[in-house]
Amino acid sequence: MALNRKIAYIDLTSGKIETSKISIEMRKKYVGSRGLDAYLLYNHVKPGIDALSPENVAIVSAGLLVGTPASAACRVHICAKSPLTDRYGSANGGGFFSPELRWAGFDHLVITGKAPQPVYLWVHNGEIEIKDAKNVWGKYVADAQQAIRDELSDREIKVLTIGPGGEKLVRFANVMTGLKNSGGRTGMGAVLGSKNLKAVAARGTMDITLTHPREALDYNREFMTQITSSKVSQTQGRLGTPFIFGATNTQGLVNTHNSLLTQLVNSDAVEAEAIDEYISGMAGCWGCGVHCRGKFVIPEGPYAGTYDEGPEYTHQVSFGSITGCRDTVGILEGTHLTNRYGLDVLEVGNLIAWAIELYEDGIINKEDTGGLELTWGNIDAVLELTRQIGEREGFGDILAEGGFRAAEKIGRNSIDHFVHVKGLGQMNSDEKATPALALNIATSSRGADHLRSRPAIDLYHLPEDVLRKIYSQPVPYDGPLTSDYRDYEGKAWEVFWHENCYMAVDSLGICKYHTTFLGATHPNFEEWSKLIYLITGLEMSPLDIWTAAERANNLERLFNLNEGMTRKEDWLVDRYFDLPNKLGIPAVRGLSIDREKLKKMIDEFYQYHGWDENGVPTPETLKRLEIDKEPSHML
Amino acid sequence: MGKVLVLDYDKCTGCRECELVCAIQHEGVSNPARSRIKVVKREWEGIYIPMVCQQCESAPCMAICPVKAISYDQELNRKVVDYDKCIGCRMCIAACPFGAMSFNTQTQQVMKCDLCDGDPQCVRFCETKAIRYADASEQSLDKQVAVANKFIAATKNAAATLTT
Repeated sequence: MALNRKIAYIDLTSGKIETSKISIEMRKKYVGSRGLDAYLLYNHVKPGIDALSPENVAIVSAGLLVGTPASAACRVHICAKSPLTDRYGSANGGGFFSPELRWAGFDHLVITGKAPQPVYLWVHNGEIEIKDAKNVWGKYVADAQQAIRDELSDREIKVLTIGPGGEKLVRFANVMTGLKNSGGRTGMGAVLGSKNLKAVAARGTMDITLTHPREALDYNREFMTQITSSKVSQTQGRLGTPFIFGATNTQGLVNTHNSLLTQLVNSDAVEAEAIDEYISGMAGCWGCGVHCRGKFVIPEGPYAGTYDEGPEYTHQVSFGSITGCRDTVGILEGTHLTNRYGLDVLEVGNLIAWAIELYEDGIINKEDTGGLELTWGNIDAVLELTRQIGEREGFGDILAEGGFRAAEKIGRNSIDHFVHVKGLGQMNSDEKATPALALNIATSSRGADHLRSRPAIDLYHLPEDVLRKIYSQPVPYDGPLTSDYRDYEGKAWEVFWHENCYMAVDSLGICKYHTTFLGATHPNFEEWSKLIYLITGLEMSPLDIWTAAERANNLERLFNLNEGMTRKEDWLVDRYFDLPNKLGIPAVRGLSIDREKLKKMIDEFYQYHGWDENGVPTPETLKRLEIDKEPSHML
Repeated sequence: MGKVLVLDYDKCTGCRECELVCAIQHEGVSNPARSRIKVVKREWEGIYIPMVCQQCESAPCMAICPVKAISYDQELNRKVVDYDKCIGCRMCIAACPFGAMSFNTQTQQVMKCDLCDGDPQCVRFCETKAIRYADASEQSLDKQVAVANKFIAATKNAAATLTT
C-alpha cells in the first residue's frame, strides 16, 4: 500500500545501508516528504556543523501521494543544512524521479557521510547499491542521466543528479532530474557534491496498492478537472510560467536592475509572446494535466540546434529584467546553461544583477570581473558569467560562493547592495507595493523565496467573501481580509495560511500549481483529506493535515533558531523601505514597505504561530503540537 | 465497426497519466509496469509516443495463439483474451508488431488493452486529447484535414510569391 514505503539510511563513508518502516503514528504527525524531512533533519543534523562537511545530512524524499491518482503527485524534496545560507536548506522538483523512487520501494533516503570517491546510488525494487560514478562524474545534467541509463542498460531508469555546478560546490547548485526539473534554492546540489554523490538512479515495478482504487480514480478525475478547467491553468498549459511576467511587469511588480526598479520598460523581447515563437510544444511532469514545461530548440549562437526545456518566469527575469537584458534567444541560452550546469537560476540572476550594480557604481571594475563589462543589458556578459559560475572560473568562482561570502571577498561595502533575506537572493518579483508578499519573503524558512508562504492570489483583487471562503478553513478566521494588495491588514493571516498550505502540499508531493497558489479555486485541505483517505486509507481531517503542516513548519523554525537565527533575520534589505517604486501603474508608484507596519505584521504573524516576540515557539505551542520532546530520535 | 483508440502523437505531453489510470482500472494498483498502454519517450528530443493495442482487423496475436484464447468481440471491436484458456506461452507478445501485448509478472498472465469495456480510462484522463475514442473513419479524416490545411497554406504562399 501507499503507506509501506521505507526510509533508507545510507552512510556513504562506511557504505552501510539500513532501512526502517514509517509508522502510522509518524505518518499522521508528519504526512511525508517535506513534513517528515523536517523531523528527520531536526533529529539528525547537529547545530553548527559545516554544511559542506560529511557531518551534514542530505535527505531525498517522495510525498505521501506520489505515484498515485492525485493530480501531479510527482514532486521530489531534497533537504539538508544549506551551504548558501547556513540555515534550513530545502528544494523541491517535479519530473518523473519521485514516483519511480516509490515504485522502487522508498519514500526517504537519509544520506550521511562522504564517499571516498565519486559514487551514485542505484535504487531498485527494495534494494540500494552504492555504485562507482567514474563514468558519470564531470558530466552535464542530461549527459549524466543518459550515462547511468547506458551503464545499467535500462532506458526507463529515472535519475536525480547534480551537474558540474554541484560537483564544484557552487553554493546554489541544484539537484536535477530530466532536462530541466530542478530542486532549486539553497544549494542542495553542492551538499550532494560535497558527499561525492553524483546521482541517485531509481527504477521500480513494485505496486502501490490503493485502499479504494475505483473511487480514487473517479475522485482524481474530479480533482483534475477542478484544476484544468480554470483559466489560469489553461494559460499556464499554453505558455508556461512566462505568462506571469506580462501581468506583473505591466503593474510594476517585477525585480528589475537588482530591485532598483520594479518594471522592465520596452519588454517585448522578454514577454511570453516573444518566447512562444520558439516553443514547439508543451511537456508535462508525471500525471499532470497542466503541462507547463515548454520545449524549444536554440535557433542560433554557440548552442544552435540544442533541444531543451523551459524557459520559466525565473529565466525571463534572470536573463531579462533583473539584469536589464532584452534578448529572447539570450533567455533560451540562459535556460540551457542553468539546466546543463545544474544551477539555481534565481540565485544566478540575483548575483549577476548585484555584480552589475557594483560595476555600474564603480565599486568593482574590469580587474575584478576578469575583463567582463558588467553593464545593464549586456546579455553576452551575463551568459558568460553564468558559464563561469558553473565552471567556477574567473569572477564566476567568486559569485559561486553566494552573496554573503562573495561580499566578504569583494569587500568595499558590496554587501549593502546584495538584495536578499537570510542570505538567499531575492527572487523574481519585487514586493515594495505588496506587503503580503513582502512578509512572505521576510519570514520564509529558506529565505527570500516565493514557494514557502506566498499568497500569490492576493494580487488578484478577489472579493472579500471569496477570500473569506478560502482563508477561514480548516481553522476559523474572522479577522480582516482585504482585496487590495497594497494593504497590510489581514495579510499576516494569509501568509500563515499559505505557509501551512504549502507545507502540506509539499508533504503530499503534489505540485503547487495544483493548489491555492496561482489558482484561487484550486484544491486544498478538504480535497486532500478525501484523496488521502481514498488512496491510503488514512483518516486525516482537513484540520489534522493543517496541524501536521504547522508541526513541520515549527520544526523548520526550530532548526533555524538552533543555527543561531534571530528575529533580525525575518527582515528585508533597506531598499525595500527606502527606495519607492518609480515605475508601473499609478496605483503602485511611490510605494515602499513601511518599517513599522511590517514590524506589526511580523508580530501578528508570530502570534498566529504561537511564537513569542522573538519568533521562538513558546513551550505551550511545542506541547500543543506534540514536539516538545524533539529531537526524540525515534527515526 | 465499433470505435477505436485514435492517437495523436503531437498532442502527447509525456505525462504518463494514461499508464497510471490503466493499471488502476485493470489491476487496482498504481504501477505503470502493469499498464496496457505505454508512452515511449525520447525526453532528450521532446518526443512522446503512446503505444497501445490497435485491435488489428487481422490480428497476429489471435492468429498465433495455440489454444485460441484470443477472440474477436464484434460489439466493442476488440480482441479479448480468455484467461481460462490462456496458457501463458507469450506467443502473442512475440507476434504483436507493436509490442502492445505485455506480460504481467505478478499474475503470470499476458495483458492487452480491452478498451475498458467501452469506457477507455486513458481517454477519460488525457487532458490534451492525444488519445481519443472515436470511429475508425475519423482517424483518416483528421489526417486529410491536416494535409488539406498544409496544402491551402502552401498554395496561399505560392500565390503571394507570384503576386510580389
